[in-house]
Amino acid sequence: MSYSQSWLTRPFTERSTQIFLGVLFLAVMVVSVLHLVMPEGSALYVSSYTVTLLGKYLCYALLAVAVDLVWGYLGILSLGHGAFFALGGYAMGMYLMRQIGDRGVYGDPTLPDFMVFLNWDSLPWYWHGFDMAWFAFIMVLLAPGLLALVFGFLAFRSRVTGVYLSIITQALTFALMLAFFRNEMGFGGNNGLTDFKDILGFDLRTDAARLGLFIATGIALAVGYVICRAIVTSKLGRVSVACRDAEARTRFLGYRVERVQLFVFVVSAMLAGVAGALYVPQVGIINPSEFSPLFSIEIVVWVALGGRATLYGAVIGAIIVNYAKTVFTGIMPDAWLFALGALFVLVTVFLPKGIAGLLPGLKKKTDDESEAPTSGKEATA
Amino acid sequence: MSIMSELTHRDRVFDFLTPTASPVDVRHGPILYLEDVTVSFDGFRAINNLNLTIDDGELRCIIGPNGAGKTTMMDIITGKTRPDVGSVWFGSRHNLLTMNEPDIASLGIGRKFQKPTVFEALTVFENLELAMATDKRVLPTLTARLTGEAKARIDEVLTTIGLTDLRHREAGILSHGQKQWLEIGMLLMQKPRLLLVDEPVAGMTEQEMERTAELLTSLAGKQSVVVVEHDMGFVRSIARTVTVLHQGSVLAEGSMDDVSNDPKVIEVYLGEGA
Repeated sequence: MSYSQSWLTRPFTERSTQIFLGVLFLAVMVVSVLHLVMPEGSALYVSSYTVTLLGKYLCYALLAVAVDLVWGYLGILSLGHGAFFALGGYAMGMYLMRQIGDRGVYGDPTLPDFMVFLNWDSLPWYWHGFDMAWFAFIMVLLAPGLLALVFGFLAFRSRVTGVYLSIITQALTFALMLAFFRNEMGFGGNNGLTDFKDILGFDLRTDAARLGLFIATGIALAVGYVICRAIVTSKLGRVSVACRDAEARTRFLGYRVERVQLFVFVVSAMLAGVAGALYVPQVGIINPSEFSPLFSIEIVVWVALGGRATLYGAVIGAIIVNYAKTVFTGIMPDAWLFALGALFVLVTVFLPKGIAGLLPGLKKKTDDESEAPTSGKEATA
Repeated sequence: MSIMSELTHRDRVFDFLTPTASPVDVRHGPILYLEDVTVSFDGFRAINNLNLTIDDGELRCIIGPNGAGKTTMMDIITGKTRPDVGSVWFGSRHNLLTMNEPDIASLGIGRKFQKPTVFEALTVFENLELAMATDKRVLPTLTARLTGEAKARIDEVLTTIGLTDLRHREAGILSHGQKQWLEIGMLLMQKPRLLLVDEPVAGMTEQEMERTAELLTSLAGKQSVVVVEHDMGFVRSIARTVTVLHQGSVLAEGSMDDVSNDPKVIEVYLGEGA
């Protein structure tokens, strides 16, 4: 990679990023074209059910990239990223609820159905503003970002790292799950938010809206990937790796480790929030189960299977595991967790670098190519 | 009312307005000054009433048996450990006891650990790049681009530590001695005023030791260097002034010959077969 380039353009000069973006673009294009052009019933036709399913995988992929950014490059094993994903999802869900308007079961023009059902007579203060898309979309970034900022500030300032941090992140997402289960919180309790109708004026149940969401998710994944790549190939990325491998040493070099950790953690939480926000309109519901500790652990398994500290590995892992999950839970639902466990064990034993480790020298090659030839190459060859 | 007039006086300069990161003031001679420093861990006095002065540009060796408090002393200077009592000054302006590790590092105190700690997943070049004295806040680091000047500086240090040929290899593949040099190189990139070097030749071969001695002596004068070392032959080859620590305080100080003839030193340290 080139050290003298601007941090924003640097990812585009990398072979691995070019390949990733190319493959993603092609995949999204092919799916869209097959969905639009092929007649229904043709073997090549992609149903809108499949389009939405793939869109869901892409959301998970973006979430996995966010986790890989903090785990792979910063060494922070977050077992609570589901919380940021769910918060982004709830922000989107609140917007979609407000879009229902008087088309709800109870026909109240402002109050969502569950509030009418609970005999509430007015909107809680934190629901205001969510009828405006721009406000909701800002909250998609802000809500997870703020939580990560406060949580990270407290944790990193106290130099909580390693397993202790992982445990606290688990506690964080578990606490939020319990809180969101409560009806008094005003987020629909255990039913969550559902029965969505429109997004930005488009009917969510139409094929066009579903395809649009799928493409939007593809774009979000591409942008998120490039942002992460820009961070990890920047000097800050190398400082992150330094924090991961020798935190005390980094501190003695004059870097404020806790601020580096905080910055990257907040960026990661926001990306997870975006993933959640795109997930909700595609699956049509958001409820507190997204906060469950198990889900957060599952994300980590995707990243571990795909290969840590590569970013594209996280994408591969998320898609493969979730595809396997779809297939398995269809055939024999009870066997899924065993299959996941077996997959995890097998990959850990035989592929310590994950599935990405199988890709032949993708990362190394880019480094060698773009580096100016130096005397070191000949001398060490 | 009087407070208001006090606060609005134009000629008043508040302490918090004067920059604290001003250059080190060594007009009075010493660059490092430790006075009556004591620190205890669970009742054990690791440092006991320690007084130590290092002059600007000096190369000082500190020796002492295990548990004499050498590493703890380094921890205190770099801000890792806070003493129970005493004062530690860097130049005559900076009270190190009020500062944290990154601040002390950016002030110009570099530290080399006993066990070589380099960033093994990064290349030799990148290790030096990260160590470079520059704006180390988060956003400037994110947008940082390598300038020609910085690259020249890295190349210069690579030559000094003799790792030019290995610049684009991961630091993890380096030999033990090479890692030690890389770490010294990282210290040089910080452009420190004071270098603290903990056991630089532990586990080195004869030739590597000689090169390290050359390296350290060439640094003295430009920087102040404090070397903590066990290897007496090595200390003899570089030392001008030697300080002997024993049970957390200074036992003797002087030239290598003076110190090694001191009966107290012979008793506690050299007498033990060294």
